[in-house]
Amino acid sequence: MSTDTPVHEGPGILVERPFPAAARDALKDAQLRRNIGKATTTIRAKRRNAVAEMPDWEALRDAGYAIKRDALRRLDENLLKLDASVTAAGGTVHWARDGAEANRIVGDILAGHGAEEVLKIKSLTTDETGLNGALEARGIDAIETDLAEVIVQKGGDRSSHILVPAIHRNRAEIRAIFKRELPDTDDLTDDPKALTAAARRYLREKFMTVPCAVSGANFAVAETGSVAIFESEGNGRMCLTLPRVLITVMGIEKVVPRWDDMAAFLQLLPRSSTAERMNPYNSVWSGTRAGEGPEEFHLVLLDNGRTAVLADEAARDTLNCIRCSACLNICPVYERTGGRAYGSTYPGPIGAILTPQLDPSAEAATLPFASSLCGACYEVCPVKIDIPRILVHLRSKANAAKGTTGEALAMAAMARVFGSERLYALAQRAVAVGQRPFVRDGQIRALPGPLAGWTAMRDLAPVPKQSFRGWWAERKR
Amino acid sequence: MKISLFIGCFNDTLFPDTGRAVVEVLERLGHAVDFPLAQTCCGQMHNNSGYGADATALMRRHLDVFDGAETVVCPSSSCVVTVRQAYPRLAAATGDAALLDRARALAGRTFEFAEFLVKKLGLEDVGAYYPHRVTYHSTCNSLRGLGLGDAALKLLRGVRGLDLVELPGAEQCCGFGGTFAVKNAETSIAMLTDKLAAIRGTGAEVCTAVDNSCLMHIAGGLSRERSGRRTLHLAEILNSVEGSMAS
Ligand code: SF4
Repeated sequence: MSTDTPVHEGPGILVERPFPAAARDALKDAQLRRNIGKATTTIRAKRRNAVAEMPDWEALRDAGYAIKRDALRRLDENLLKLDASVTAAGGTVHWARDGAEANRIVGDILAGHGAEEVLKIKSLTTDETGLNGALEARGIDAIETDLAEVIVQKGGDRSSHILVPAIHRNRAEIRAIFKRELPDTDDLTDDPKALTAAARRYLREKFMTVPCAVSGANFAVAETGSVAIFESEGNGRMCLTLPRVLITVMGIEKVVPRWDDMAAFLQLLPRSSTAERMNPYNSVWSGTRAGEGPEEFHLVLLDNGRTAVLADEAARDTLNCIRCSACLNICPVYERTGGRAYGSTYPGPIGAILTPQLDPSAEAATLPFASSLCGACYEVCPVKIDIPRILVHLRSKANAAKGTTGEALAMAAMARVFGSERLYALAQRAVAVGQRPFVRDGQIRALPGPLAGWTAMRDLAPVPKQSFRGWWAERKR
Repeated sequence: MKISLFIGCFNDTLFPDTGRAVVEVLERLGHAVDFPLAQTCCGQMHNNSGYGADATALMRRHLDVFDGAETVVCPSSSCVVTVRQAYPRLAAATGDAALLDRARALAGRTFEFAEFLVKKLGLEDVGAYYPHRVTYHSTCNSLRGLGLGDAALKLLRGVRGLDLVELPGAEQCCGFGGTFAVKNAETSIAMLTDKLAAIRGTGAEVCTAVDNSCLMHIAGGLSRERSGRRTLHLAEILNSVEGSMAS
């Protein structure tokens, strides 16, 4: 993989190409496939073990699902309560209809403090809104502090995994990026320790000097006005405690009503995500407190299409997602194509359902078809999102939006044939005859038109002369 | 027991031998098999591809055909999953309570062939003889859709002469996925490539499964490899008895 991919500055949800085309390029990249295959295989095995330790895992999943479902059913109430609690605790709440509005709010707050730099805690939500690019346009430098995000940012490319954004990079590639972008790296080797140390030197200096920080949130609790972040590295905690001004941008679906609700997720999330029993750093903050932590706290509540998802009953569960990434790691399509083929902050199975709901483009509408419906994602999802069912629902929506296509006509014609026993039996015979020009040595090795994809690497056995029903009828005679 | 065979359009047209095997095994076990000739297609492809209205029409037809059946057996895990999981959803979406009742009732009476033998009849040995090295691919629909568990493996272990070898990564999708195999052909082929390598690694002569759609996909790849390995539906292995001419 080349390291000179152009810097991606637009919003994180910008599906530029149909999935099959983007996947085709990704599949050609043998290094990428090796990097991702290796990483997902390892994390899959670890997750299996971490989950197997829990005798009540299924009950926990049920609980997680129920909490999310109920929290979303009363989203309006929960958000108003959160607003009141955060305000009472000394924070300021802002409501953003879309990404541009959220970016403007964050930019205004930072500009008000004369900020030229801002620390960033790894956040999918601000990637979704394209905050870094928006701040840059206002002359504010966003500094990613998560190690993998540093690699992605400094490498000038785009995240390919929601938890391990640089999963597509190997050590040699990371070394090259750091040598080019970070200070004092002349003798840098590709030893993971050395690479981490180089990033740490760079980050330490930033932590000590930059007074403003932006974060996302894993959860917010309505009754207490608390916001929570669970992480592995501890760099997030530095950004939560050292700066004077803290701004959190949070998707509205992250709110749960009660403090107790967090108990289920504190167990479900780490095991599903990093296969740890608990995240090494669990930070919870509620407003501000004199002499401790940030002096100013802003919470930006982002809609950006989420209320529309909520309104679609068949797809609503999409918002249950706690961004654990288990579905990415198990997905056979993600494993082969990598995250960037999905063209969005949200790749893999969750991306295949979330992205097209947030982005109405025709390109994004190809994502629900990027699945064999194998069901592995549903099986691992800690909050029981029936992703295959939602994929099928979104396929229907995509077909309806396209109107009468050749495919729709063909499907309707087939349905008519299947609607009549006589037509069906006739069609069976017609296929047996019609295939003749394509049969060579007892196999079909090349087909025309849309079916050419099948025969690219697969033969097809010809249709036998006698159907089952033919045999049955003959036998009964 | 009186059993109604639901064959599926795919098996009916492309794999008639599988249907014959199901009939012969069930009859050998002393059951009466009926094949309602009015059946055509359950609507799986329409449903999975996002043509819900067409799928609903086919569901209504399928319900008309099988409403009177006591027990329905089908040698295709994906068709059974369509009846069991998609039908109640499609019916519910119409808002027609009576239709939903009929869909739920049929869902409860429809069984995949191996599931029926092991879980309903309590059988693991059906008197088959098949002296070959065989590996088993657990299709996604049987594994996750039906929760078939090791039912098929139990049946294979009950076959005399059969050398069962474990398929590494058996639970991984082969990459078929219906129209996925055509719409996302490159990705589908990348998945198949890994599946074929795993099959090669076992040294098996035959790869079996409980769904001919996945097997057709795998067979297409094996044929292109010209390795001499092939696929065979589980029912056909179970229908192979000592002295028979079955492959
Ligand atoms: S959809 Fe489920 S498995 Fe996937 S990231 Fe979200 S919570 Fe995790």
